[in-house]
Amino acid sequence: MTYRANILISSSAPGAQAVEQALLEKIYEHHLDGEVQVMQAATLGPQAQGVELVIYPEGTHYVQLTPEDARLIVEEHLLKGRPIARLMFKGIEVEPLEAPASKEIRVVLRNVGKIDPGNIDDYIAVDGYGALGKVLTEMTPEQVLDELKRSGLRGRGGAGFPTHLKWTFARNAPGDEKFVICNGDEGDPGAFMNRRVLEGDPHAVIEGMAIAAYVIGARQGYFYVRAEYPIAISTLRLAIQQARDYGLLGNNILGTDFSFDLEVRMGAGAFVCGEETALMQSIEGARGMPTTRPPFPATKGLWAKPSNINNVETYANVPQIILKGGEWFASMGTEKSKGTKTFAIAGKVKRTGLIEVPLGVTIREIVYDVGGGILNDKKFKAVQTGGPMGGCIPEKYLDLPVDYENLAKVGSIMGSGGFVVMDEDTCMVDIARFFMEFTQDESCGKCVPCRVGTRRMLEILTDICEGRGQPGDIERLEAMAKYIARASLCGLGQGAPNPVLSTIENFRDEYEAHIYEKRCPAKVCKPLIEYIIDPETCIGCTRCARNCPVNAISGKPKQAHLIDPSVCVRCGICKQVCPVNAISIESEGKLAAG
Amino acid sequence: MEEHMNLLTTVLERYGADPEALVEILRDLSQETGYVSQELLVAVADRLQLPRSHVHSVASFYSMISVEPRGRHTVQMCQDAPCHVAGGREVWQALEETLGIHFGETTPDGEWTLQVTSCLGLCSVGPVITIDGEVFGNMTHAKVQELLGRYRGCCCGGSQGGAA
Repeated sequence: MTYRANILISSSAPGAQAVEQALLEKIYEHHLDGEVQVMQAATLGPQAQGVELVIYPEGTHYVQLTPEDARLIVEEHLLKGRPIARLMFKGIEVEPLEAPASKEIRVVLRNVGKIDPGNIDDYIAVDGYGALGKVLTEMTPEQVLDELKRSGLRGRGGAGFPTHLKWTFARNAPGDEKFVICNGDEGDPGAFMNRRVLEGDPHAVIEGMAIAAYVIGARQGYFYVRAEYPIAISTLRLAIQQARDYGLLGNNILGTDFSFDLEVRMGAGAFVCGEETALMQSIEGARGMPTTRPPFPATKGLWAKPSNINNVETYANVPQIILKGGEWFASMGTEKSKGTKTFAIAGKVKRTGLIEVPLGVTIREIVYDVGGGILNDKKFKAVQTGGPMGGCIPEKYLDLPVDYENLAKVGSIMGSGGFVVMDEDTCMVDIARFFMEFTQDESCGKCVPCRVGTRRMLEILTDICEGRGQPGDIERLEAMAKYIARASLCGLGQGAPNPVLSTIENFRDEYEAHIYEKRCPAKVCKPLIEYIIDPETCIGCTRCARNCPVNAISGKPKQAHLIDPSVCVRCGICKQVCPVNAISIESEGKLAAG
Repeated sequence: MEEHMNLLTTVLERYGADPEALVEILRDLSQETGYVSQELLVAVADRLQLPRSHVHSVASFYSMISVEPRGRHTVQMCQDAPCHVAGGREVWQALEETLGIHFGETTPDGEWTLQVTSCLGLCSVGPVITIDGEVFGNMTHAKVQELLGRYRGCCCGGSQGGAA
């Protein structure tokens, strides 16, 4: 069936349900349901713009929609052919759906936003399940492993372990019952690559898992997805059901003697469950605490059976590698890191959002060519990759080609693809404290180095940020970081010191300014800054005084006002409301004298 | 309590009374009743034939399972880096000041519970908070007061809490 118009709606935006419902009701009311197809896409465009929809074939992009707008669009645009200019997106349109930015190559995201994730036929129409068919009817497990080896695919969850080796271990492990697990517990701050794939192209992941099951000899698989992603979970459940209905999951798939089925398990809000052994504990219905390795999951995993666990993105790459060949995949990337990688760009860049680039592009290309540069054209300071176990990479490495080895060399990690850009207004000590707060909070408490060590490091960092830093603190942090990294049980503790070490390494001067001069160079740490009204600029409009929550501002109308620093709580409201920009933040280290 | 026991039966049926689904069962109970009471925890343990200590250890481990009563409204704030870089600490302070409680606490009048949440994947509109599951992005100090005021059923957004 062909439709005269296809509509994509951003289903994850707040309020999207009401808009979609209004849209559908109006479409039915005018009997357009045979002519117009409405499909859910997770998000549209490079920036979130409220509830959005795009109408194809013309590609009209409507943003910030209310249910009323949706009804109008049906009556005007769809029924009468009159596009509504006032509702259209007016920013810099980069046509993200059809033409990704020049540096981008879409392999994992190739179908996202293009096919209806709720309809298996859409996936089949773009060669979906072709790879599974090929594997089951034409290839032995060894041939699949060879193809993966040629591709050079490495785990996309962070550590970058060669996928073919992982599968080989699980295949060779003795045991009748084996499991395939997909790690969809994407918890890294600012990383939502997997969510987009699960919501936009769930069958690619299912197909990749089925191929893995065939290779290692598993009959049962588990999807472990965070409960924070309700749309991903419902999309996935629907996709699994549709695959079962088509005989692509279940017994004797495609008439062969291969049988495989999948179950979705949801997390309940624990970051450490992204660690593979903790994740398996959680699937078994226990506290998500890591266990010692070895034994590795490949020999003793879920319910002590050999298990293969990979990330969403790793599985999503597999069908393409089977269809197009390992050489094709290996043609992208660097010597040791092949293929593409999705990143979630966030922070102080103009275009935040999800991208997919071949490995080996430089940080500069990601920030400036794909991300559009720093917000408000400020100065780039650092990029934090790899989530809370990663490090901050400074400006001098802007031209570093991004791959597993290079990121490790500069004290960070690839991680799952978080990419948080920071500008000159970001305080690196505050960032280190922030990440330590996060890991300290998420530490499961099983091993002492992580449980106690992260707490002690956080206390020192808090003291530094609040003006109580002492000489020797930097050295104390470095020493503790070393112990925690070496003695912790799992990746969370081992990686926890990374943000601190990398900021000390690259921004030691900021630590020293906080400790010795009681000064925050980025003017972020509240106890070290003061808000000051410039008497020359102040027009005495009294707006700041009226908005101050603690009455710290005095002054008569039409005369320059004054902030009492001993009362001021540094909330910044006065600066926001001042009509003439008379209020500035200073961090002169004056407090040290007092 | 009987109401809760009926709900327990419904939730157990949903997962085929499978002890392996303990995390999901507890999360559903927590979401549908506000929190999992001691009585309910004991009932879960008995029905699934699991040690009570095990059920309690699981319930107290996951942040989405509450073992203490929660307020009528639950405010969650994303604690992750992109929201932090976008001005999260100010929003954090505004929430604590406006409600007069710290994160992890419930107001004495039982109206508000303040919690952190991990990344919701909405980083492009950070800082993000949710109120009773509804998402609000691009938050600022001023918007917090306005928004909470709206939930309180008054438009003044006046601060009742610690800032006074």
